[in-house]
Order: sequence, then structure tokens, then C-alpha cells
Amino acid sequence: MALIGFVCAVVATPSLTMWPFVVQLLVLAVVAGLARLHPGRLLRGLAIEVPFVAFAFAMPFLATGDRITVAGLSVSVAGLWGAGTLLAKSTLGVLAALILAATTQRAEFVAGMQRLRLPSVLVEILSFMVRYLDVIAEQWHRMAIARTSRGFQARNPTSWSALSGAVGTGFIRAFERGERVHLAMLARGYSGALPEAIGAARAARPVEWGWAVLLVATSLTITSLSWGLA
Amino acid sequence: MTPVLAVRGLAYAYPDGRQALFGANLSIQRGERVALLGPNGAGKTTLALHLNGILTPGAGSVSVSGLPVTKPNLAEIRRRVGLVFQDPDDQLFLPTVAQDVAFGPANLGLRGAELEQRVQEALLAVGLPELRDRAPHHLSFGQRRRVALATVLAMRPEILVLDEPTSNLDPASRRELAEVLESLDVTVLMVTHDLPYALQLCPRSVILSDGVIVADGPTGELLADAELLAAHRLELPYGFSVV
Repeated sequence: MALIGFVCAVVATPSLTMWPFVVQLLVLAVVAGLARLHPGRLLRGLAIEVPFVAFAFAMPFLATGDRITVAGLSVSVAGLWGAGTLLAKSTLGVLAALILAATTQRAEFVAGMQRLRLPSVLVEILSFMVRYLDVIAEQWHRMAIARTSRGFQARNPTSWSALSGAVGTGFIRAFERGERVHLAMLARGYSGALPEAIGAARAARPVEWGWAVLLVATSLTITSLSWGLA
Repeated sequence: MTPVLAVRGLAYAYPDGRQALFGANLSIQRGERVALLGPNGAGKTTLALHLNGILTPGAGSVSVSGLPVTKPNLAEIRRRVGLVFQDPDDQLFLPTVAQDVAFGPANLGLRGAELEQRVQEALLAVGLPELRDRAPHHLSFGQRRRVALATVLAMRPEILVLDEPTSNLDPASRRELAEVLESLDVTVLMVTHDLPYALQLCPRSVILSDGVIVADGPTGELLADAELLAAHRLELPYGFSVV
């Protein structure tokens, strides 16, 4: 919840100032520090942002409007601002998501969504994904070891046909696994919905809610201040 | 006396036309432990999936304590027949062991203290009460197999159907599972091609070959009949003999 609130606050920040983003970043740094997260780990996680960065770099050249010359290149002013804020907003959003991911167990995350009354089908799909990700990853790993043991090396495009075959096999195995899981559920009387009685997950404590509210309130304050000063 | 399990003239062909069962007959009385033996591809798992109505027979019938396995009876049939699948990862799908064990009885409508008691009782029966809050995928394979058994015991079935219970188990897990099974007061049908395990646990065995039951008798006698075993691609492990 706090994640969504924070991201909304960041996205709502006006795009012609930079200081609110710096302050938001400081807020996140404090949170990460309190959670004793390793900065290197967060930085590695930021790699997911790369496509946005590439797009952000293209913006000054592609956008229209007033143009200025920076280091001998003609770039659009609006594009520069757009790129800067896109970078800042996406970095902050990804950082916040990474902090959530690093501090929350996967099972807690799913239970949390259930408590927040997300549609049960969605929660069930996610919880199955969480449960079987390891199983399928391990299966994939075993297949990779078996390939390597028979002298396979993925070096050039000629190996792609073998890899695509492996992806296909992996998909079919996952699909068959899904069918067997469903049969096993039917065998225990499953009739279309998980009984609520079994999902007794730990609720967030008031203190934890307090921290979440504090985080969202801080970032919202920064946003409204920046609107007021802009 | 009404048998716990009565299979009459059961025939089944898969949707792709491959026929797996050609009129199988089997009757099991309360309290019996029976091994269903047969080589790979004999139709053992197909037969097991008929016992709780996952598959619908092409011909013939199955009934459990007199109740025919038909669509309107499926909920009660699935309470009476506890099917333990070969791969525990197919059976255990919830975040914690306790939730997984509660899944079956919760589907039967149990709630609150009653549900909790079922979970406790089933985990005690398999000797793993301390694992209740662990995630299934963090357990050893032998533990997962026993938890899978607990998920079914929690429904208090009248007959337990085990599909290849010893596959992939190390000798110690194998022995622990045998001890658990021997301690249970429940009718068992054990689908396997692990002949020594059948001899250890099941006084009676039937042999399924090419979709029909070809032999039915005391396990020791069947396993001593080398000709019968050879005719149906069954073999005792190297160095073993039944005297």
C-alpha cells in the first residue's frame, strides 16, 4: 500500500523542478537504511530499469519545441526535462519496489494482497507462481546441467534451436505439472475456490501500518510543497 | 460385508484412443493392505485415478463402501478415498505445511478448532508435527512425501491409495514411511512395482498387466512364482528371493 502511495506521490510531482526528487530519494535512503539493506544489492536490482534509461536518453533528440545546444548537439528543452523527470521518477519507483521486495517474504506478500481484497483469482494465480517458481527453476537448472553434460555450449546462433527446444519442453512440463496439481487438488475436494479458513496469515501490526502511513505522508508533503513552490 | 472398494469390469481409453484398462475387477475389504503390482504402463495409475472419480470409466463401475463413484457423489467419494500422488510437489501447493494439510478438510466444510485438530492429528500420524509452519519446498523429499500423506489423512479417508510411495526415497525415508503406514488404522491400496516393499507391508497383492487383473493372492506366494512374475515384466531386485 505504501509502495503505491509513494509511487503516486512521485509521479504527481511537477516535471519542471528537480529538488523534490532529491528529497524523495533521501526518504527512500532512510527507509533502506532502517531496513539494513545493502546498497549494492539495490543498485544491482536497478538494472531492470535499463530500457527506461535508453528511452530517456532518446527523448531530448526526438522531442519537439525550443532547442538548445549542449556539447555540440542540438537537443529539445522539453525533451531534456522529460528525460530527467522520467529517469528520476522511474528510479524512485523501482527503488521503492526493490525495498518492498527485499523486506517482505514472498508468502507474506501474497497474504497481504489477499487481505487487501485483491480479486481472489489474481491472488491464487500469484500464489501458485510463488510456490512453483522454485520447482520450475530447479527443473530448468537440471535440464541445463544435462545439456552441458552432453557437451552443449550456448556460444553462437546455431545453439538457439537447441535452446528453443528446451524452452518448449520446459513450457510443456510446466503445463503438465499444472494439470497434475489441479488433479491433486480435485482429489482433495477442491471445488473452484480456496477455502478462506486455511489462509490465516499474519496481519500487519499497527506499528507497521504507522511506518507505512508516515512514508506516504512524507512523500505526499514533498509533492504538495513542490507544487506550491513551482 | 460390503467391501470398502469394489471395482467391476472397469475399462477405459484415453481421449487419444489409447486403451489402458480392459475390464479390471478388484474387491478390497475393510482393514486390508493390498499391493497393486504391475510393470510401467500396465494401467496402475489410470486405475487409481478412477477410484475417486478423477477419470470416468468407459465401461464398468467403481463403488466405495457401497457408494457408486458418480458425479453427484463425488464430494463424499473424495472424502472416502485418499489419493496420495507420486510427486509430492504436485500435491503440496500452499505456502505452509499446515495450510496444505488443512486444504482437504476445509474443502469438506470444517472450520476453526475442528479444522485445527485435524491438522494436528494428521501431522502427528506422520510424525512431523514440528514442520507445520515450514514451506513445503524447503523440506527434504522424504518429509514432503510424508506431508503429502498427511494432507490426505486429514480428510480421514476410508481407503488410502498410494501411487508409487517409495519412488525417489532413500532407504531411511523408505523405512520411516513404512513405519508410518504400519501404524495407521486404515485400508490401503498401494500401487507399486517395488516388490520387497509390497511384501513388507501388504499381506495381499494383485497383479495388473495389460489393463486386466491377472493374479490375486498372498503377496509371498505371488512373488515366489518366478514364471508368473516373468510373464508380466515383474522382477525381484538382484539377489532377492522369497522363501
